[in-house]
Amino acid sequence: MDFSVIINNLGFLIFQGFLGLGNFTGGTLRLAVPAIVLGFALGIFIGMGRLARSRWVHIPATLYVEFFRGVPLVMVIFWFWFIIPLLVGRSLPEYSVALAAFVIFEAAYFGEIVRAGIQSVPRGQAEAATATGLTRSQTMRHVILPQALRNMIPSLVTQSIVLLKDTSLASIIGYVDLTKAAQIVNNREIRPFELYLFIAVIYWLCSYGMSRYAQHLERRLAVNPA
Amino acid sequence: MNYRFDWSVLWSGQSGSWLVQGLITTIEISVIAWLVAVALGILSGALRTVSFAPLRWLANVYVEFFRNVPLLVWMFFWYFAVPPLLPQPLQDWLFDHGAEFWAGFVALGIYHGARLSEVIRSGIQSIPKTQFEAALSTGLTLAQAYRLIIIPIALRLIIPPATNESLNLIKNSSVALTIGVAELTFQTRQIETYTAKAFEALTAGTLIYLALCLAVAAVMSKLEKRFAIPGMIAKRQVGEF
Repeated sequence: MDFSVIINNLGFLIFQGFLGLGNFTGGTLRLAVPAIVLGFALGIFIGMGRLARSRWVHIPATLYVEFFRGVPLVMVIFWFWFIIPLLVGRSLPEYSVALAAFVIFEAAYFGEIVRAGIQSVPRGQAEAATATGLTRSQTMRHVILPQALRNMIPSLVTQSIVLLKDTSLASIIGYVDLTKAAQIVNNREIRPFELYLFIAVIYWLCSYGMSRYAQHLERRLAVNPA
Repeated sequence: MNYRFDWSVLWSGQSGSWLVQGLITTIEISVIAWLVAVALGILSGALRTVSFAPLRWLANVYVEFFRNVPLLVWMFFWYFAVPPLLPQPLQDWLFDHGAEFWAGFVALGIYHGARLSEVIRSGIQSIPKTQFEAALSTGLTLAQAYRLIIIPIALRLIIPPATNESLNLIKNSSVALTIGVAELTFQTRQIETYTAKAFEALTAGTLIYLALCLAVAAVMSKLEKRFAIPGMIAKRQVGEF
């Protein structure tokens, strides 16, 4: 047991691997944060699409969700890794490939959260909004979505934790995130126990902290229902 | 897009047998890991509902520690970090007998055991307290009450969320390719490497995963109907498999 390997490589692991402030385009947070924001944005459309009246909208949205939830994320990452160069005619950096794969994949899961959130708003709200003369899209934007968003917050935090942990899989296409940074250091120092335990603790701190925050939100939102 | 499709790569040469071997390995590692996960999940899920605080605390530490770290990190941990700490004869034996497969199912089983524990705990907590009291008042010990009454009822209640977790386990078995387990995703990549036909290889792998998940979901939904307790069905989330 020799934890000096952690001290000596702390800068590389944290700044390069975790935050992405180094010579490589990398970083767990630099991938996770945009993926959460964009995945949720796309998820709003997928979730609303699943509830749309027109079957030309809700059938494709349902297929999208069921497809991505039935396939391993590793497979989706390889799809993007091999297919994007064929489509755009040149290879893209790992960052773009990983970000695209995470946004598209996680949007299916975010979409389900959005759908459940919209369905949790009492029917009377939509009827009352329609009765005041709002159109369907106005009802959605001004009445349903604001209340639905509030109900979704705990699940959204939980899904963001899942996404943060999933970003470790970007290392399989060579993206330098925290996991890859530990691998790089380990190849030089051969200290697997110390290194992998250390990154496990870093991931644990983020994800446990976020899950405590989700529990806190859930309690607070339950006391003051909308 | 300048790409010539050639679907024959999937049945010419060794591709077909690679895919079959990959599917078999995926099923093997998933089944063994699932058994580990179910055993750990039931044990820790039950312990988290007992009134003796140290046991509850121990089970909570297991669950919170393992499920909040990415599976990939656990794969590396069990494959690269743990074997060097074992005694030499055991290490030699492991590396002669597919250490990557052992590390793979241990990582997968322990990780998903922690996730199943949550499902089982909520199943146990959804059972009315009178069941405990009735079991204890007939003279059963606490351990007997859990083994004979509470856990059998909880397992029947949680089939839908447990199905979801089992499908997650199957999909997550693909992470084992990172430590060299020759499962389905690994073989899909191998076909791609040998034939340079990424589209065909990935399509085949993806369809096999979808078929596998649909088959498991169909079997589980049969089981759910068979074992449903009238009037006590755990709430099923719409849209889940």
